Formats: sequence, structure tokens, C-alpha cells
Amino acid sequence: MIDAKTRDAYTVTVGIECHVQLKTKTKLFSGADNDAREAAPNTLVNHIDFGLPGALPVLNEEAVRLASKAAFALETRPQKFSKFDRKHYFYPDLPMGYQITQFDEPIIVGGQVEIIVDGQAKTIGITRAHLEADAGKSSHPDGKDYSLVDLNRAGTPLLEIVSEPDMHSAAEAKAYARELYIRMKYADVSYANLYYGNMRFDVNVSVSKTSELGTRSETKNLNSFRSVEKAVEYEVNRQIELLEKGETIVQETRGWHDAKQKTFSQRSKEEAHDYRYMPDPDIPPIVLDEAYIAAVADDMPMLPNDYRDIFRKIGLDAKVAEDILAVPETAKRVARIFDMAGAEHARRVAFWLLQPQDEEVEATDDSADSKGSDEQLVALSDMVASNKLSSTAAKEVLTELLKTGDDPAKIAESKNLLQVSDEGEIAKIVEEVLGANAKAAEDVRNGEMKAIGFLVGQVMKASKGKANPALAQQLIKKQLGL
Amino acid sequence: MTQWLPIAEIAAKVNAGELTATAMVEQALGAIADGADYQAIIATTETRARERAAIIDEQIKRGELAGRLAGVPFIAKDNFLVFGAETTAASNILRGFVAPYQSTAIERLEAEGAICVAKANLDAFAHGSSTENSDFFPTKNPHDKARVPGGSSGGSAAAVVLGMAPFALGTDTGGSIRLPASFCGAVGYKPTYGLVSRSGVVAMASSTDVIGPLTRTVDDAALVLDVMSGQDKLDGTTIVKDDAGYDGRALDLSGKKIGVIKEYMSDDLQPGVRQAIERAIDGARQAGAEIVEVSLPSLPLGLAIYYVLCPAEVSSNLSRYDGQRYGYSAPDAADLEESYTKSREVGFGAEAKRRIMIGTYVLSSGYYDAYYRKAQIVRTKLIKEFEAAFKEADFLLGPTVANTAFKLGEVSDPLQMYLTDIMTVAANLVGCPAISIPAGTSDELPVGLQLMAPSRADRDLLGCARRFEEVLA
Repeated sequence: MIDAKTRDAYTVTVGIECHVQLKTKTKLFSGADNDAREAAPNTLVNHIDFGLPGALPVLNEEAVRLASKAAFALETRPQKFSKFDRKHYFYPDLPMGYQITQFDEPIIVGGQVEIIVDGQAKTIGITRAHLEADAGKSSHPDGKDYSLVDLNRAGTPLLEIVSEPDMHSAAEAKAYARELYIRMKYADVSYANLYYGNMRFDVNVSVSKTSELGTRSETKNLNSFRSVEKAVEYEVNRQIELLEKGETIVQETRGWHDAKQKTFSQRSKEEAHDYRYMPDPDIPPIVLDEAYIAAVADDMPMLPNDYRDIFRKIGLDAKVAEDILAVPETAKRVARIFDMAGAEHARRVAFWLLQPQDEEVEATDDSADSKGSDEQLVALSDMVASNKLSSTAAKEVLTELLKTGDDPAKIAESKNLLQVSDEGEIAKIVEEVLGANAKAAEDVRNGEMKAIGFLVGQVMKASKGKANPALAQQLIKKQLGL
Repeated sequence: MTQWLPIAEIAAKVNAGELTATAMVEQALGAIADGADYQAIIATTETRARERAAIIDEQIKRGELAGRLAGVPFIAKDNFLVFGAETTAASNILRGFVAPYQSTAIERLEAEGAICVAKANLDAFAHGSSTENSDFFPTKNPHDKARVPGGSSGGSAAAVVLGMAPFALGTDTGGSIRLPASFCGAVGYKPTYGLVSRSGVVAMASSTDVIGPLTRTVDDAALVLDVMSGQDKLDGTTIVKDDAGYDGRALDLSGKKIGVIKEYMSDDLQPGVRQAIERAIDGARQAGAEIVEVSLPSLPLGLAIYYVLCPAEVSSNLSRYDGQRYGYSAPDAADLEESYTKSREVGFGAEAKRRIMIGTYVLSSGYYDAYYRKAQIVRTKLIKEFEAAFKEADFLLGPTVANTAFKLGEVSDPLQMYLTDIMTVAANLVGCPAISIPAGTSDELPVGLQLMAPSRADRDLLGCARRFEEVLA
């Protein structure tokens, strides 16, 4: 193990390449279905994906539109001219013998995202993002003398987002991965489901004691924020240990062993391919005019930063805001209620719907099928604001509301939760409570105002929570002659 | 030799019930059997052809029309994916490959009632100028069995001239339709790049590959082109066809400027070829055309550009033939690497390997800029020169090839063979349409006249060629 002092002598540099699966209906260059999640192997394959003789790739315009949206989510605009190239290598899950990608003129050039680590905001530059077709999936069953190839994924549109080497810690790498994820999700360009590999991260890590960058390793195919963080952490330690021993770092591609929480060597640069990039003559370049780009801009949904602005106006702190943001349905609802009914209601609803998120993992969108309209939530919030419902009772109504979508006032009524604001009725209960708690009543009378809370509690208990606590307190004071 | 009516007349008579599709198919199959010695055909699609003919005849009996090509038999170069026979591209690696889908061109022809009766021989993967590079057997020239038919669509050209069908389909990447048309005495049409969908045709060099007809007349070529052409959602490089379509109506040449390409009329021309071309020029002048000389200084570089770009694309396009999914797969490979190397070593012929190696070399890092990129730069220069030339002249004229058909085995040096394409590659690099029409003979062997027009001016080019046909008759 290396000590903190040794470690601090090194500057860590991290750059990340992220493959985002775009949510098109069909593949990037063929009409085959793009949703391979539940499909049996090799059922979503046509003559193009299979690389039959004479099969020609034809660009899916929807993929171009989604990539253009992603450009705005990365705070830039799509390029007016970009083109496709062939990247050659032989592998059974690459039927044509080349991958179609964008080599030197990608659809996105530049861009940036902000991350916050330990309360510090930081901007991470985007170098470029390009469209490319995914390869199929190979598997090598243990102990068998064959491998299996599933081409369902072959041709799935990917947007590969390449960051600048602007991150300097595992925490920053994780924050960046998460920020990309949330932006792609809100831009609605990807299902962004990490479980299904909709976003995969390759981390490039190097360490150096000087201003010059060290030799980097690239750990490929990480599919969770946690593994991004752990892989960076592991690589930093591994590289520093090697350097401290006087050894050198080999530029290489590494894999991540999730069970062992370790990276392992896959191939060194010496074994690297010469991909023989060549412009793909089958696919005309993508040419976008101003009108197209403007139309995409107009069509952009609200992005995470737009929501963050609203949550700030509502008065949510950053942690709560991020937790809300992690569940897009909730974030959208809070924003709508802010628009409809203002900050107070929005803030109350936000806390009602808040599900503390484990930021290690991606959001689960399980509020998506909850019932209850925005109007009903505002109505419920209004009942609290006007003292018709205690906040405890409101939560009970909320649970029922989200389950059934019934009218909140009716739920409150049927559950007998409406606060009693009838002075006469509460006065009667106060009288009983004061009688039964003479000692506490005496204390209050002697100026020990702490005891009044106890008495209010007793009134609430006697009224089965229905008494309006403010009114109860007022009546206690009155009856005690204060 | 079997005679065929003009294609439009065959279709009209079949639709009118005066001829049957079945009789047309039998006539074609008979001619194919009679001409077996020429080895123009790799396989017939007779079972499917007879079935389709029967269906068409039934249709017509019911009083329906069967399309603009009703009952017209045709032969497809064996790099077209076609139902009814294997699609081999005359290569060992695709031997046994049965197409699970058909090319767009074939689909469009079938939709108008045409019937594919056979697959024609070619240089394997269309790599060659003589059809001697077929992995199966060479095809012989209809005018002299000791001579080559030209290539790579040598089987298609020979088949049409031998009367095996009224038309055949070819592909032209550097001259592969026009050259065999010239050597065999057929009309060979190379459309504007993108005018006919390449979907379902085994790719050679994607940026210059075009599909076109080989026929006996310009009229027939225009009709076939009209049926096949136009945008296709399966090929992103296709363009819309001319609103007026394509027909063989002769264009009045009076007042038109025809540019004779200076670089093509060099001393290297075989004298008989020169005489034939000069005769055509005189004919054009008499038809009212103004003859001007046009120079395209980068033309001599055309072949050099082509033999960098074409192998680059070939090496890429042939990557898919890896022995893993279809076609030849080495049965005794110990592992994946060996399966790749053995399958490709056995499956590819010498010329395919040569082009894969050249192409791999020019695309390698460190050589890309020196070869591939430089070739693209010169290609752009050539395109500009053609644009300028077409400001001086409405059409460009020259021989299709400097000589008449050579003897089988006569050209054994690959570089010498590449030189055969020297006058045809430019149109492919530029993308403009070009046609070769018979322009007489030299020592009893056919000479081809080549005409070119600006990109998308296919309609005018066909009209111009039709007028030349009249003048030369």
C-alpha cells in the first residue's frame, strides 16, 4: 500500500470515453429492430447487419437527430458537416470486417459539462462525440471449443463522447460519468439504462510527478458509476506502486474484473491494430443546415441545469435537488407544480416525493406509474397550508393518493384525518387534558412553557391526531388564563 | 445465331398474346445451350425462369398486362444477387452461396415482367479486363474464340452478342461494361454514379461501382435503364432519375458541341481503331455537330488514381468474406486466426489477393497520406477538369479502348492488363455517364466508340448515342 504522502506527490489525470446507445427504433444503418433487451440471440438481424454480399448500410436519420440533441445537452451544437469512416479489423462479431464510425469529422466537436465534487464546481471539457455502429456480442462458454456470436446488438447506434483529460480523481471521474448519464437521460437521446449497457465507460488514467502526462492505461467497458470510480482508484494505486518500485507503465488496454474489483491487462499498444481508416463510400456525409439545427434546438426538452435552476428557486439544497433530479418523473412534476402553484407547494411536493438516492447507482424510475395528478398534489399541499391536514396525516393521504389517484379530500375524510378546527370540540378535549395533567398545567401556568408542547401532544393524542395543533395551543393558554 | 426483336417489341407482343414468355425463355435457354463453347454462362436459372414465364403467360391469358418488359429474358452478371441460382461473383470463396435476397435492379426488372435466365461469367469479384480472372473458366470472344471478350462483364457482353438474351446486366467500376461491349461489339451503358441502386450487387469499389445494361441497341439500353434507375431506400448513394425518363429517341446533334479528347487520340491507338473513331467523328460533323478538341491534362493520371482508390475500397469490401458466416470456410482450421487466413487464402484468387494487399498497403497508417489521400486530391482535380471540359463541349468522344480484343493469355502482366482500362476509368472516377457503342471493325474485330456526358445528363447521352448509331449504320 502506498501512503497518502507518496500518493499526493502524483497528479492523477483521467479522461473518459463514454458509449451512449441511442434510443432509435431501428439500427444505425439497417431497418432491424434496435431493442435487443429481451430478444433471443440473432433474431434482430437483417442482411445488412449480417454483412451479406451486396448489403449497403443506409443512415438512420433519427440517430442523427438524437446525436444533434446530445450536442445541445453537451452545451454545444452539432457540426454542419460530418462523415462516416470504416475502421477495419477482423472479429466474428464484426460481420463486415469493419466498424462504421466517424474518424476525423465527427458530428460533435467541443462542448462541456459541469460537475460538483465536495461542493466544488468544475468544468469538464468535451473533445468530441461521434456516431458509430456497435459490434455484436461474443461469448466464450467455459470448457467449450467454440464461441458464440449474437448479432442483435450489431449495428446499434452509439454516440461515443470523448472528454478532455480534465478529471484528476476517482471522485471526479464518477461525478462526470453520472453527469453525462443524467444529461443523456434528460435530453431523451438514450434509455440510459446501465443494467442493459446503454452507457459504457472507458477510463484513461495516468499519474505523473511532473507537469508532463504519464503513460496512460485504458480500462474498458465499465457499466456503473461505482466501477468507474473503483477502476480509476485501482489504476492510480497500481501505477503509483509500479513507479515507486522504479518500474514503468505500459500503455495498454485493460479490463475490469468486477468481482475482484481489479483491472487486468488485455492487450498492449504493440499489439494494437492498424485500423486502416477510410471514408465510407456507401454513406453520403451528414450535412445539417441552420434550419435543421434550429429546429432541433427548439425541440430540446428541459435539461438537468434547467431543473437545477428551478430547484434553487424552490429552495432545495443541492443534495435534495440531485436526488429529485435522479428520478426524472419526479423532477418534471416538481417543475410543473412550481409553474402551476409556486415555490411553496413545489417545495412541499418535492419533499413528499423525495426518495433518497444512492448516488452510486443509477436512478430507478419507479414513480413513473404512480397515480395522482399534479392538481391533486397541489390540493393536498393546500390542505396542509390551510391547516386542514397535519403533515403526518398528509403523508398518509399521499400514499393513498399515489396508489389510487382518488381525490385527496375524500381520502382524508374517509380515513378520518381532517383536522378539527371546531373551537368548542377542541376546548372540551383541552379541558379533559388539563384536568388529567394538573402537574403539567401548573408548570405552564408558572411560565415553564416547555410543558405546553406536552399538553398539545396530549390533546392531539386524545383527538386521534385530528385536532389543529395551533388551535389546541391557543385554547390551552386561554383556559390556563395566559 | 438467335435473333431477338427490340425489347419493347418483345414486351408488346407478349402483352398482346402474340408471343409467350415461355417461348422467349426457351429461345434464350436454347441459345445458351448452343453457345456453351464460349463459356459465357456460369449457371442458368432455368427452373425459376420457366416458372416465372408460366406465371406471366397465365397473367396475360387472364387479360392482364405483365409490364414494360413482359417476358423479356435477360442474363445477370454473376455478381448480382438473384434467386434461382448461386451467386458466386465467379469466385471460389462464394461458390455455393445462395442469395437470400435479390438486388434492387433485379427486383425492378422482374416487377416489369423481365425474366432472368442465367448468370454470366466475370473476372472474379469483377477484378479484371478480360474475364480470364474468373476462378472458374475464361469466356471467349464471340468473334474469335481465341480472343478474350474483355472484362470484367465479359460473360454478359458475349452472351448478348451470341443472342442468348436481348439484354444482360453488367457492373462498371473502371470500365467493366464498356470494355467488353467494345471487344464484343455490343452497346454498353455506364450510368451516372448512383442512378441505379447497388443494393444486392457484390461490391467491388463502392465509390465507382455502377450498374448498367449491355444490349444490341441504344434503344434497348435506354429502356432497361429506365426500368432500373432511380432512388432506392436500400442504397443511400442513389439519385433521382430524369423526370422525362430514358428512351432511345435520337438527339438532334446540329449545333451541339462534341469534344474529341486529345489525350485519348494518342499514337498508342491501334490504326484500325483510330480509323473507326475518325469515321464516327466525320459522321457527327455531317449530322451537324461542331467538333472541338478538348484536353484534360490529368487524364493520364486517371489510371494511377484508380489503382490506388479501387484496391483500397476492394480490400475493405472483401473483408466480409472471412469464412465465418457464408461462402467457403476452411474445414481444417485449428483456431479463429487460421480459419480466417486459410479460408481467404484458398477462397480468393491471385488478383483479389493482389488488390487486397495493395489496398491494405495504401490505407496503412504512414502510407495513407502518400497514396490514398493524394489520389483523392487528384481525383478532385480530374472532376474539376471534366466540369471545365463540359463547358466547352456538350459531349466528349474517344475510343473505349485503344485496341481490339487481344488473345487469351496474351496479356499476362497485371500492370499491362490494368492499362486496358486507361480510357474508361475517368468516367468512373468522375461519376459521369459514358457509353460504348459499336463503331465498325478493325481487322474484323469490333471497335467501340465511347461517348461521355456531364453527370445526370444520361437522357441526353442516350439520345446522342442513338444519333451516332444512326450515323454509323
